[in-house]
Amino acid sequence: MLMVATGNRAVAEAVREAKPVVIAAYPITPQTGIVEQIAEYVSHGVLLSRYIPVESEHSAMAACIGASATGARTFTATSSQGLLYMHEMTNWAAGARLPVVMANVNRALGPGWNIWAEHTDAIQERDTGWLQVYTGTVQEAYDTTLMAFCIAEHNDVLLPVMVNLDGFLLSHDMQPLETVDCGDFIPPLHLPHAIDPQNPIAYGPLTGPDQYYKFRWDIERSMRDSVNVIGQTQAEFARRFGRKYGFTDDYRCDDADAVVVSLGTLGKEAEVAIDALRSEGIKAGSMRVRWLRPFPKLDLAGREVVVIDRDYSFGFGGVLAHEIKAKNHIDVCSVIAGLGGQEVTYDDIAGFIKNRRIGEESWFGVTPGV
Amino acid sequence: MLKGTSACAGCSSSLSLRYVLKGAGPDTVLVIPASCSSVIQGIYPNTALNIPVYNIAFAAAAACASGMSNAFRAVGKKTNVIVYAGDGGTLDIGIQSMSGAFERGTDFLYICYDNEEYGNTGMQRSGSTPLGARTTTTPAGKTDEKKDIDAIITAHDPPYLATACSAYPQDLFKKVKKALAIRGPAFIHILVPCPSGWRFPPEKTIEIGRLAVKSGMWILYEREYGRLAISSPSKAAMKNPIPLENYLAPQGRFAGISPKALDILKQRITQKIQRLTEEEKGIC
Repeated sequence: MLMVATGNRAVAEAVREAKPVVIAAYPITPQTGIVEQIAEYVSHGVLLSRYIPVESEHSAMAACIGASATGARTFTATSSQGLLYMHEMTNWAAGARLPVVMANVNRALGPGWNIWAEHTDAIQERDTGWLQVYTGTVQEAYDTTLMAFCIAEHNDVLLPVMVNLDGFLLSHDMQPLETVDCGDFIPPLHLPHAIDPQNPIAYGPLTGPDQYYKFRWDIERSMRDSVNVIGQTQAEFARRFGRKYGFTDDYRCDDADAVVVSLGTLGKEAEVAIDALRSEGIKAGSMRVRWLRPFPKLDLAGREVVVIDRDYSFGFGGVLAHEIKAKNHIDVCSVIAGLGGQEVTYDDIAGFIKNRRIGEESWFGVTPGV
Repeated sequence: MLKGTSACAGCSSSLSLRYVLKGAGPDTVLVIPASCSSVIQGIYPNTALNIPVYNIAFAAAAACASGMSNAFRAVGKKTNVIVYAGDGGTLDIGIQSMSGAFERGTDFLYICYDNEEYGNTGMQRSGSTPLGARTTTTPAGKTDEKKDIDAIITAHDPPYLATACSAYPQDLFKKVKKALAIRGPAFIHILVPCPSGWRFPPEKTIEIGRLAVKSGMWILYEREYGRLAISSPSKAAMKNPIPLENYLAPQGRFAGISPKALDILKQRITQKIQRLTEEEKGIC
């Protein structure tokens, strides 16, 4: 079906199609559109899920864990402070190998109170064992949410997946959306370690120094295996529904001398900047990273790289910039821009590329000349 | 529950768990937050519990059970979901998720086994530690009174709430059966004397529990759909309680309790007996 929808609506539509058994969520701006829409579906019987209106995000993730442990498909959505509040339980979900799917509407962290887009919330969850994917359009938020269930629940993965969309810039932006009849695209969930009183198991008991590391390695092993599963799932999605997705979304990169790398909606803004630069004869391209975990192999050889971070690790630098530097053994021009919803236009991005100084970090609006 | 738990000698939490599981039967899942029972069940790959046990973070037991119960009921399974949490996990860090689960009418049984301290971490003060008791974080005796969690849960108007004590296994067994037969959230608060923390010899673990009830310091009752019934061991005790000193004296944690604290404890017993007696008669 064709419609015009917000990013939040798109996620809710995908969840309706995926039919989780249990949804547990707590409202937070700008995620509310997702949970309100889901509550509508449930109350009208359009979606036959159990909707648990929990009293906190910590409990939202705990309830998803409890439900998922029985082998039930689960979903939740959050943002910013909410994501941080559930941090203890996001670790637990991954450690317990539960394929919970969560939408996170990226938003800055207080203080001061700021409800606008920033990636620092999700970036702080980077090392929890969750797969993380960042989306750039309403359609992509929809498609990726559907794929997230396939990937999380695949028995080679069995790790939770976080689908990120930028607060307001995507959560509240209206764009065309084509929904699909997903049919058997998402297979039924068969959790091999689902709770079964006929076969009693102690889940997550005391685990000593002689055993614990094996479980950690198992998470990493599955994280590595998830690379294939993501590739297969994206290929199958393209085959069935005609829309292609990769680990990155590359725009005019093939012959580019300079490539701007970013996450989320900044990457779509960058495409407009690239067209403008190309019309001036500057051979630039945009590489929008979709999957931050598992971190993809980026084809950046021989290009000058500008990384825009809508996040920051204090005392260190832009997180995406440093991950690229570390993984690709290259130096980059790091630009910190868009924090707390700071406006970044395509002209600004074109400027970042034109004025790039490899090896330097600059803060948009702070560093003179940037 | 199988033989060979890693509980301390004289542990009445593990005794209580045995009675709870007897009452619950095999179609049961236990949800355990950080607590003594995280240790008592044994170390991976061994387990002393012959039912599925889901270990979960400290503050999260009731919420986890909430998701579990909903998922089971969604597919028509009647599996009992029982939270077995300590007093710290219930009165302190877990109170938010527990309150939420009761407010939402979750179909589960929440059991708080109350040893009036953070036993697992080395006997620190909790919100449930009584006035005057020494713990490793109240070396001079606790200056605040025990939080009345039963009143807090009663305010959620659950269909079933009961108190119990490890020294009265039949009473506990019956209450577990009754709680699980009722649809909706049920709460059982078990007093579990802790030899290591309360500083008494392990062989006195039953005796101390009985003294708690006989002195009125712990009163056994149940409240079913709002109707209070005092349980038989407490009926006699409430009419003619033994001196509180008989309960406190064998416990090292109350050594040197101030006369003022002792006086307040005694006053609270009198008040509670009066309040519960009146409630049972329908006066209040």
